[in-house]
Amino acid sequence: MAEEVKKKRLTDIGPHDYNEYLSPVIKKNYGKWAYHEILDPGTMVHVAESGDKIYTVRMGSPRLVSGSFVRDICDIADKYCGGHLRFTTRNNVEFLIEDEKNVSPLKKDLEKMGYNVGGIGNIVANIVHTQGWVHCHTSASDASGVVKSVMDELYEYFIEDKLPSKVRIAFACCLNMCGSVSSSDIAIVGTHRKPPRIDAERLRNLCEIPSTIAACPTNSIRPDTVDGKPGVKVNEETCVFCGSCYTVCPAMPIANAENDGLSIWVGGKVSNARTKPTFSKLAIPFIPNDPPRWPGVVNAVKTILNEYKKGAEPGERVGEWIDRIGWPRFFKLTGFPFTKYHIDDFRLAETTMNYSSHARL
Amino acid sequence: MGKKHQTPLLDELKKGKWISFVREMERAAEKSERTEDLLGQVEESYRDKVNHWKHGGMAGVRGYGAGMVGRFSEFPDKYPGIKECHSMRIIPSAGFFYNTDFLRKLADISEKHAGGLLNFHGATGNIQILGMSQAEAEDVFQAVAELGFDLGGSGSDLRTPSCCAGQARCEFANYDTMKICRHLTEEYLDELHRPAFNYKFKFKFSGCANDCVASAARSDLAFIGTWKDKIKINQEEVKNYKKKFDVQKYVLDKCPTKCMWFEGENLVIDDENCVKCMHCINELPKALKAGDERGCSILIGAKAPLVTGPRMGMMLVPFYDVNEDAKNDYEWIKSLISNMWEFWDEYGVSRERIGELIGRVGLNTFLEGIGLEPIPEMVEHPRSNPFIKFTEDED
Repeated sequence: MAEEVKKKRLTDIGPHDYNEYLSPVIKKNYGKWAYHEILDPGTMVHVAESGDKIYTVRMGSPRLVSGSFVRDICDIADKYCGGHLRFTTRNNVEFLIEDEKNVSPLKKDLEKMGYNVGGIGNIVANIVHTQGWVHCHTSASDASGVVKSVMDELYEYFIEDKLPSKVRIAFACCLNMCGSVSSSDIAIVGTHRKPPRIDAERLRNLCEIPSTIAACPTNSIRPDTVDGKPGVKVNEETCVFCGSCYTVCPAMPIANAENDGLSIWVGGKVSNARTKPTFSKLAIPFIPNDPPRWPGVVNAVKTILNEYKKGAEPGERVGEWIDRIGWPRFFKLTGFPFTKYHIDDFRLAETTMNYSSHARL
Repeated sequence: MGKKHQTPLLDELKKGKWISFVREMERAAEKSERTEDLLGQVEESYRDKVNHWKHGGMAGVRGYGAGMVGRFSEFPDKYPGIKECHSMRIIPSAGFFYNTDFLRKLADISEKHAGGLLNFHGATGNIQILGMSQAEAEDVFQAVAELGFDLGGSGSDLRTPSCCAGQARCEFANYDTMKICRHLTEEYLDELHRPAFNYKFKFKFSGCANDCVASAARSDLAFIGTWKDKIKINQEEVKNYKKKFDVQKYVLDKCPTKCMWFEGENLVIDDENCVKCMHCINELPKALKAGDERGCSILIGAKAPLVTGPRMGMMLVPFYDVNEDAKNDYEWIKSLISNMWEFWDEYGVSRERIGELIGRVGLNTFLEGIGLEPIPEMVEHPRSNPFIKFTEDED
């Protein structure tokens, strides 16, 4: 008999116990924090009822990171934070520091290594985004490249507090919208403009016809007979180019180099503070893909941000500013044309009309 | 060793002040050569303006129906290193708290068995290791499991639940978001690992109405911290804030229900009319605190656009006493979830999220199905159209 003892295969072990990763001061004051103060756009301090303090230094990250990046941040956390760190929902790294004396040297080390410290307060927050051309098969655009181009241009707003309120920008490379993209101050969304192409031969082998038909939000896919065999056809009059059919049926590719690009949406938010959570609304229906730097998108975002900065009152989010001044003025200020595409024609479209005599003339 | 592929377009994205993902991919390629081919293919996408991945494809580990996303290159001969370029989703530590020991070991795993690239975190909140082949998946899975981590959700299953930093580092948290997040993940591990739903289902937990995990915009069931009793006021601190900025203009005048005013020097709040929006507490954190009777609201049905349009979460339970329920292993919420999933299983169709089902059958039908009574907090206002379908039990 073989002497070798086979290692037991681990399976279904469930979520890790987070308690193992909490620093002593966090464990001690868990649920007993009294208040926090933002010290600068990269630093805040949380003060516990006990008087204990924990300092947080926030650092931007591209979300897609190397093992070497992970070791870099671990070196910092080992040197200054007793090995403790966390990430935020918006993909930042947060270093949790017990000794105030370590705050400034930690930030200096990060800056020396070329990392970006900021993102707290009335700033442009790190852009949440999707995988894009780097790793997604339904993408209508790259994600990381657009985000990098926009953040390079808006960098001063990540490291300095000089906006009326926080501005959350999000990016999704298709209408699947991984992440909370559709309720952001500014949303950049990958958009197709042509119907899917049907590969009848592959469709027969790869796709289930009923579920392909059911995937369409506008009932534009119908059963069809192709060369005497079952297939589907697309009513191009009613197709809205969403790509939902491609998600369930690989034989209906929709990506199209010349007709894919990005749309820009504004004024959404998820927080309930003051006003209710709301979706972002269409500002620009289409900007062609223009890699590697997407100047059209970068300029559009910058235009919105500049007008917001000039016009909004302190504390107003982008959507609150637009609500106050009205959409006609928003289009006038930004110079973006209002087109037929800005009028909704999908489910609930009727609820978006102006049922009043209110008009800013 | 020189670069395997020329990447003039991507090189443009190494310039500028914001941290460069291209540089990260190059650093990954220094440790895991296959990522050279990823750079090559992405450069080609930058030139061609389309992605070069085949549609989906299967990848997974034995016994699990979820946790891996299959990805195959369109040009396997040209880029053999990413012929298979699958990613593995790993359930994060709640609140995204980690230590360096774990992160370093994970970095090693990603370089040894995959492309040396990771996501912290994916859109739903998983850690992702990118760039492995099916043959390597089991080794990665076991290496990760030895660190005490398990695979996350994908496909038509319970997606990996996520939560804010909660009581670990935030005074606004009205309940222990990390505790319930971990507890329900453990409770529903089978639903997470073995897809059996109509479509995906997401839980997200936010400690207050600021909703830092965007639960109300992107989770089928959103838990948003709130309180029932009076906001606690420290009048001395209010006075200090008044010296610093115009509290009337920037706090009181922006209150959505105008439920606060000054009587002399003292701030007065009509708590019965407060909607717990968090604005005043955000602005005056030293002076105002949520009351002691804390819990959360439960909103249902949020989702992204596909298939029938985006939805925001809608109020289902205005006050869930989560702190009390925690003492009973969250029995009440588990029974509500079980009723919902049963209803969804019975009446939902393939790829129909629960919000879309409620939209299709009507909120009343859903409430009857899960055993909740209609209450005015659920609606913006009562109906204004007169087409009432009276039921026979009115006779």
